[in-house]
Amino acid sequence: MLSIENIDVRYGDLQVLWGVSFEVREREIVVLVGANGAGKSTTLKAISGILKPSSGSIRFDGIHLDQVPSDKVIGYGVVHVPEARRLFREMSVEENLIMGSLSRPAKAKRKETLEYVYGLFPRLRERRKQAAGTLSGGEQQMCAIGRGLMALPRVLMFDEPSLGLAPILVQEVFEIVKRIKEEGVTILLVEQNVRQTLALCDRAYVLENGRVVLHGTGSELMADGHVKEAYLGL
Amino acid sequence: MDVFLQILVAGFLKGGLYALIGIGMTLIMGVMGIINLAHGQLMMVAMYVTFVLHSFFGVDPYLSLFVAMPALFLLGVVIQKYLLNPLIKAETILPENQVLMTVGIGMVLTEVIRFIFKSDYKSVTTSYTGATFFLGSISFSWALVVAFGIAVAFTVAMFFFLIKTDLGRSIRATAQDKDAAILMGVNTRRITVITFGLGTALVACAGTLLVPVYYVFPDLGGPFTAKAFIITILGGLGSTVGAIFGGVTLGLAESLGATYLGMEYEDIVGLTIFVLVLLFLPGGFKRLTKV
Repeated sequence: MLSIENIDVRYGDLQVLWGVSFEVREREIVVLVGANGAGKSTTLKAISGILKPSSGSIRFDGIHLDQVPSDKVIGYGVVHVPEARRLFREMSVEENLIMGSLSRPAKAKRKETLEYVYGLFPRLRERRKQAAGTLSGGEQQMCAIGRGLMALPRVLMFDEPSLGLAPILVQEVFEIVKRIKEEGVTILLVEQNVRQTLALCDRAYVLENGRVVLHGTGSELMADGHVKEAYLGL
Repeated sequence: MDVFLQILVAGFLKGGLYALIGIGMTLIMGVMGIINLAHGQLMMVAMYVTFVLHSFFGVDPYLSLFVAMPALFLLGVVIQKYLLNPLIKAETILPENQVLMTVGIGMVLTEVIRFIFKSDYKSVTTSYTGATFFLGSISFSWALVVAFGIAVAFTVAMFFFLIKTDLGRSIRATAQDKDAAILMGVNTRRITVITFGLGTALVACAGTLLVPVYYVFPDLGGPFTAKAFIITILGGLGSTVGAIFGGVTLGLAESLGATYLGMEYEDIVGLTIFVLVLLFLPGGFKRLTKV
């Protein structure tokens, strides 16, 4: 469904990704794991068009996403929930959610999707008039996920959704990711929280220094000697 | 006491127009992160549009709003699209260069107008220019009251637009987090163009409303750019509600200053408040109202 082939991405003169290839199949949860600076966020930014690869291709259902302007990517159903939430802090929770549904099909279903999101996150309904910047970290993450869902995603990409959250909330966020997958949305997840995400995912890719060094199913990677030593501390 | 009330009324009415000038400035500031130093000059151009329509075609200044605002909206769109946005493309250029560009645009506008109309002071005299009515012992200038009413109507319409429409929300979202707005599908380049057009149309409205009660001359742009700057600093950069408070405050301060200190001190009062706000309330009224 989503296939990334051999992409190089650079920030000015600094090359961050080197020939990265992977694919995400329909209704899968795929995880990119790796240390800080391995290029995980950069990969998501390349898919959502904020950064353009200098070579290689990104295709989604046959569409060359690498040639689509960044503000048009969401219209194809490829939705990016960015690192550190990036909510519109001075706008209310509900306005933030509405901002997720600007495209024509999403706008047509705005009311229903809003109800669905409020059903998923009752806390957001309670706080819908409140400025997003005043929410707690966990609530902000829910608002960011809700905003992504408002776009009626076919692929939802999460960048470090567990960052800065208490362990109990991390568990909750992963539960929600699973639920969204069960609704038929394909998931691409970027995480440093390796142990929990490998347990959750269908397949995973390990990024090191901007290259894919390993891939396999979650349980395969959990049994892998290198992964055990470098990421699981065993 | 009557004198004092009279001054408050005059200052408040003027403040309504200042608020409109300030909202235009603060919108542009919020979305692009730059001070538009051609704001007053664009207002001056709108005033000449109104002047020409009146003296050559006999159009009432209030009716010429329908020409001046769309015309200046277009001028704003052209400026943003062809003069300011190209500067963003070159990565080595600092955002400050966009500010410098607006300074240049302001100069060109002033000199082009001077070339066409000379430096003379023009005025537009209508049947209602000097007309007043009384409430108790306080006199109200019809022209200023009507101008205030129209300014309030446009301010309210602007709020409605910013809060209730997708385009308005996209403008606010772009001001708050540009990258996140792009991820949500906002074409931020288009937003900057529309915002500059809107800001220019609002200041054109204020300029047109001023025409019946003020003079028109090429150099009036500079002082009004300074006023717009003071209003936005008073209100807090990027804050629309703040711009209204800032505008009214400046209007009142100028009226009080002109009466109790002398006409020649009118501008000094505004600038003094400006310095005091920067020193003691950096962030402006926005810090107090949180909007």
